[in-house]
Parts: sequence; structure tokens; C-alpha cells
Amino acid sequence: MAKFKKSAKTSQDIPTAALPDIIFMLLFFFMVVTVMRETDILVKQKLPRATQLTKIERKSLVSYIYIGEPKNTTLYGDEPKIQTNDVFVTEDDIIQFVNQEKDKLSEVERDQITMSMKVDTEVKMGIISDVQQQLRKANARKLLYSSIIRVDDN
Amino acid sequence: MARGGNTRKPPEVSSGSMADIAFLLLIFFLVTTTIANDKGIGMLLPPPPDPNQPEVDIKIPERNIFKILANSQDKLLVENEPYVGTMDELKQQVKEFILNFGNPGPEGVEVYNSLPPSLKAFVNQSGRKPESSDDPTAGNAIVSFKANRGTSYDLYINVLDAVTAAYNEVYAERVGITVDEWLTLDRDDEIQKDMYLRGRDGIPKAISIAEPD
Repeated sequence: MAKFKKSAKTSQDIPTAALPDIIFMLLFFFMVVTVMRETDILVKQKLPRATQLTKIERKSLVSYIYIGEPKNTTLYGDEPKIQTNDVFVTEDDIIQFVNQEKDKLSEVERDQITMSMKVDTEVKMGIISDVQQQLRKANARKLLYSSIIRVDDN
Repeated sequence: MARGGNTRKPPEVSSGSMADIAFLLLIFFLVTTTIANDKGIGMLLPPPPDPNQPEVDIKIPERNIFKILANSQDKLLVENEPYVGTMDELKQQVKEFILNFGNPGPEGVEVYNSLPPSLKAFVNQSGRKPESSDDPTAGNAIVSFKANRGTSYDLYINVLDAVTAAYNEVYAERVGITVDEWLTLDRDDEIQKDMYLRGRDGIPKAISIAEPD
């Protein structure tokens, strides 16, 4: 019978010298892709589901309008409210908000401003159409109804 | 003087725990990361009404408008009939409406001739109805969607999604790609932009969102 000789020379350890490098690589990846959330969302945000979603082409051109029932109902009541940046606003403030956002952009890009509407599914259309009328007046006509992808089961 | 001068090694910082520190940071960033997932249904609002210009009443024949109404109970009225079907069926109806070619004008004929055989077959099979749209060119096939103030946003998005899906299916089939590929077309790329323009050429996305009452 052949005798298998154990080769004692090869070590059984996996070299771990490169481990920190690998971890650092992952770390840098996540550091780069991380976007710290700059606004505190004060309204409920259960976004609707849809199939025909398009991506935002240029992130710098996008401003967000949040609409939904306030999370803190004891303080703000349970009627849907509009939030821009960090505060609740009324419909009439939308024009001012759009102009502020437009001022941040360069002159040539101002017409291309896109408003991303992050609206809770529970909200009724009344408030949304009021906001849309204001957006029309403010000449911010590109809209995006923010939603989550729905996978069709057929 | 130091004791045992030449046996002394330079002091070393132990790097054994470096991986642990990196791990800790990694986990922190893993947890805080929200991969930006900004996607949505795009829409273009009509321009604001010009106060200096008197309102022009453009008469569009009834057959050229596909009417969808939603009430506050989230019930739909499609082409003046209560609608009970699914959103998929609605999408199909809208598609048939766009590609009806009931009475195409010269531009309409041009659009029809540019369609691939599969869509031509679709037109000849389910289209050509005199009571539906003339042709898909600008102003001749309009999908009008009017929601009530009490309609839920959920239904609004579902209907808008179905109508958009109908258009996207037509566009995608026209250039011979799938709907998913159509949706991810990058308009900064020349070839893809050309594809995008070819798909939409002559068939504008005419979705009219009426002001709710």
C-alpha cells in the first residue's frame, strides 16, 4: 500500500496580511457612496409602487417636496402637510421655494429644474393638485412622482 | 546612556487591530448608507395660463380623447362607462386607443408606415375603429385623466402608471427593445438618444391631467 506522506512544509493558515487592505477598500467604497441625509423628513413617507420608473438624469437639478401626514400628529395634526427642506409650508410658499431652488442653479439650467414629489400613498389628490398649480405658476413644470419599483407577478 | 545600546529595536506601533478599526468604520458606513434610489414617473405640467391671452377653445373631437375620470371613492369612469377591470386591461385599452389610426392624416400615415410589422398587425387587428382616435400624432390622440380632490394618490399613480406603460410599450416595440430597456435609455449617449427620439417620433406622450374639481 502506498503511503501518503504528509507534507509538513505547507502551512495550513490563510494569510491574513491583506485583510486590512480588503476591508479598507470596502470602507472607502461605502464612504464614497454614502449620502448623509440632509433633511429630516417630518411626514410619513410610504411611497406608492409603480412599474414605469425612470431615473433622475442629473441629481443637482432635483428639488424635493414631501407631502404626507405629519409623523408627530399631536403637534401638527393628522391632515397631510407639505414639507420643503426642513419645514412645513403652505401651498402659497411653493413658488418662493421653487425660486430659491432655481437661484441655486446656474442660469442655463434653471428651466430644467425637476421637482420630485415624494408623496405618501394615503394622501388625497386635492393637496397634490394645489401644489401642482403652484408649480405651474412658478414655471417648474418637470415633475417626478417618486415611487418604488413594483414587480409584476404576471 | 542607554543600556544594551545596539540590541534595541525601533519602537513599533502594533497594527494587529487595524483590521478591527477598519471593520468598525465599515459597519458604521454600511448601516448609515442609503443608496440613493430616486426613481419615479416623470411628468410635464402644462405651461401656466397666460393672462394676456384670451382662452382659446380648441375643439377636439370626442373620438380623439380617451377620458379617464376618478371619483372620491376611487372608482373609475373610462370612456363614460364605469370601469371594473384591472390596470393591465386599462393599459391595453389605452394602447389600442393610441394605435387606432381610425382616420389618419398625412402625418399619421407616415407614422403608420414607420411602425414595425408587429405593431402594424396590432393596428389592423384591434384598431381602425371609426369611433376611436384618428392617429397618434400631436393633438389627435389625447389621454385625459381627471381626478377628484378626494381621489387617493395611490389610484392616481396606478392609473398614470398604466397610461405611461401603454406609451412606453409602443415606444419600446417601435425601436425593437423591451420596456425595461426603454426605461433605462441614457439620453446622454448619442446612440441611445437617437433610439429614444426614434421611438417617440410622431407619437407624443399626450397625457392631459385635468384640474380636479
